[in-house]
Amino acid sequence: MSSHAHTGHAVVVEPSGFIRKYIFSIDHKVIGIQYFLLALTAVCVGIVLSLLMRFHLVYPGAHLPFVSGGIMTPEQYMALVTMHGTIMVFFVLTTAPQGGFGNYFLPIQIGAPDMAFPRLNMLSFWVTFLAFVAILAAFVVPGGAPISGWTGYTPLSGMGEVTGPGEGMGQTLWIVSISLFCLASLLGALNFIATTIDLRAPGMTLFRMPLTVWGWFVTAILGLLAFGVLLAGGVLLLLDRSAGTSFFLPAGLVVNDQLQPHSGGSPLLWQHLFWFFGHPEVYIAILPGMGVASHVLSTFARKPVFGYRAMAMAICAIGFLGFMVWGHHMFLSGMSPYSGFAFSVLTMSIGVPSAIKTFNWIGTLWGGKIQFKSPMLFALGFVSLFVSGGLSGLFLAQPAVDNMLHATYYVVAHFHLVMGVAAIFGIFAATYFWFPKMFGRMMSEPLGKLHFWITFAGTYCIFMPMHFVGLAGGIRRYADATGTTYAGVLQPVHVFMTYAAFITAAAQLVFLFNFFWSLKHGAVAGKNPWNATTLEWITDSPPPIDNFGGHYPSVYRGPYEFSVPGYRQDFIPQNLTPEEAARLK
Amino acid sequence: MRLSNRNSMSGSAAPAAMLASLIVIMVVATVYVFVANPFPSRPPAAITSVGQLVDQQYFLTLCVTGVVFILSQLGLAYAIWRFRDRGQAAHFTRGNNTMEMIWTTATIVLFLGLGLMGRKAWAEVRFTPAESNAVQVEVTTNQFVFNFRYPGPDGKFGKLDPAQVSASTGNPLGVDSKDPDGKDDIVVPTLTVPVNHQVELLLRSQDVIHNFYVRELRLQQDSVPGMVIPIHFTANQTGHYEILCTQLCGLGHYRMRSFLDVVSEADYQAFLKQQSASQ
Repeated sequence: MSSHAHTGHAVVVEPSGFIRKYIFSIDHKVIGIQYFLLALTAVCVGIVLSLLMRFHLVYPGAHLPFVSGGIMTPEQYMALVTMHGTIMVFFVLTTAPQGGFGNYFLPIQIGAPDMAFPRLNMLSFWVTFLAFVAILAAFVVPGGAPISGWTGYTPLSGMGEVTGPGEGMGQTLWIVSISLFCLASLLGALNFIATTIDLRAPGMTLFRMPLTVWGWFVTAILGLLAFGVLLAGGVLLLLDRSAGTSFFLPAGLVVNDQLQPHSGGSPLLWQHLFWFFGHPEVYIAILPGMGVASHVLSTFARKPVFGYRAMAMAICAIGFLGFMVWGHHMFLSGMSPYSGFAFSVLTMSIGVPSAIKTFNWIGTLWGGKIQFKSPMLFALGFVSLFVSGGLSGLFLAQPAVDNMLHATYYVVAHFHLVMGVAAIFGIFAATYFWFPKMFGRMMSEPLGKLHFWITFAGTYCIFMPMHFVGLAGGIRRYADATGTTYAGVLQPVHVFMTYAAFITAAAQLVFLFNFFWSLKHGAVAGKNPWNATTLEWITDSPPPIDNFGGHYPSVYRGPYEFSVPGYRQDFIPQNLTPEEAARLK
Repeated sequence: MRLSNRNSMSGSAAPAAMLASLIVIMVVATVYVFVANPFPSRPPAAITSVGQLVDQQYFLTLCVTGVVFILSQLGLAYAIWRFRDRGQAAHFTRGNNTMEMIWTTATIVLFLGLGLMGRKAWAEVRFTPAESNAVQVEVTTNQFVFNFRYPGPDGKFGKLDPAQVSASTGNPLGVDSKDPDGKDDIVVPTLTVPVNHQVELLLRSQDVIHNFYVRELRLQQDSVPGMVIPIHFTANQTGHYEILCTQLCGLGHYRMRSFLDVVSEADYQAFLKQQSASQ
């Protein structure tokens, strides 16, 4: 696809007044920061929930002052499980990488003044914010937060309070929150796709886009196709709960000896709708991080991305195959076992583009000149964590082996390593990398390194042992495993993981301090503190309102021209004309 | 504008060494736990031949992924150390198409091969129906108990009527009082089966989705309201085994469990007789 010539940029006017500048802003940079701060708030809530869970697993009878009744009940534990998963997956992993960094840097990296639809962008953020308020409200309504997990399987989630505490208003708020989130994400996806296709600078062909842009672009396509399905499922579930329909509820349901007035529906239908969304969702969570990893590894190894085209195609392949594998969450659900086998083969295939990316990341480092700044440390950590987390997926992808691993802590370890750690490392790498551009200041390098070492070691200490707990029979989502035959011997491992969790969580305070302290006290950053090549580094830190001060760039080469032989400097920015570049020889 | 070489050179040995070491330690610790089992990290022995097939497939996958894991993590650690900034120029390359072809092909063969080899362990249970002489037991799950129903001496299950479900008056499954076939049905809270004799379980659920799981069988299956899902197994060892619900079913999920007793054929017949007598 050839690049599009600009027919002239819209005049971008600096808004006046605090509200227009910082609250209801249509500037993608402000919106990006708003999404980032929303995700930051959400992750703090999510971590607190997980620490409460880990504490409970080790001290189930402990007296907790803020818990009504004094001791955590099983339903309170299940509410923590449900809310932790929901908040982390939606409001952290789907928000920070795409809504946060994607919003801020997609337009700049393609040389555009803003997103294609700035007002739609603002609407997307505020609907997401409403969704967050709705999910937090579930904690305080009568009955409390829902207990059906972030997956909300029916009929448990489909009949109201009769199935358990929290299943009344709490579950309804969960559905409303998720549905609002879907709506906001659909609008955002439209914006990202239109922007990437239409607003690229002259000379920026698809294969001259940074891999970060490829990541955000394919993620947006996944979002566009997947979120609508969950939205539909959410509406149907609301109808089952409050309008007497039976999309997901069969006849003959007896709860507490009472026959329920439904018939004709299928619990499996919810699972198909949920996971048709849910699997692409996890790729939505990781693809931007993969883009960032490639980008940062190349920049700090001073080498082009190894196999750039293969990397871009692999992102597309992962996105495409990601729509074909949802049944691997349903091997034991009652779905046809023949379908199960088909899904299994497709799932094993998705390991292929993932492996290609891993080999190419190592290839990018090979023969490089690696500089161990904070962004690079997190990008390197990302690769290690993605290998560890991705490989355990190969076990879960086989239904015969899934007989032994389904619903155990092995699954929890797998998805935490890929999502709860690797994707988070992608967010950290992006933060350390782009903070100077966003805020005009450098973050503290020593604090960044401290944060990295403790987090890298700590997260491995939390989640590697968890695989073995699962293999030894530890079942997930159990408020208390004390009555089982297997639990006693595994308790020391749980204690170890809990200590690691608390220490690792404490280390995040270093990051929080570094972030907010550096806003005011970090060393002033120039335009290009990392000597990077992509378009965001040619403009001021922070960029002016229209991103380039009226001087919109054109692009003359690919995004990773590092250490090109024959040049005096080891990077050639994308926007230098051939004549300007020749002067660097 | 160049970054100062002096800063980058002296700064990179320590973090390079530390990161490479952490990765190596992580790999060594992981392999150690798999090999030496210093704390419980493996399931108990399988008690069916299909279970042993599952274990073989697991072990094969472990070997393949283990090799990939060790090579990639150590490759990463090596690259981190070897190519740290020591003032050298980076070696410019855009990639290597031959290598891409090689490792893509190898990965396809390896991963798809693994997946296809896993077919047998799945097919023997899921693609193959139970034999006609299998012992049939209906498993009914509800919040938060398992109930097991045997057809009794007439070999037929009585019809079920949801409107007649009444756990409080001793009819938790809603066996239709008007159906003569149900008069001799045996309903018990634990599962007793004969050794070396195929057992077919018919999984049902009354309220929400539950799951039936016995680790030693390497077999679990969700029980879904509105469906009757058959699974089968042949235990080759007597013993007392834990049945767990593994599908989140409400606040009592953590305490929803039962027991599987695999007994000799003679003991099984005695069990049936005794239960029939006390119905």
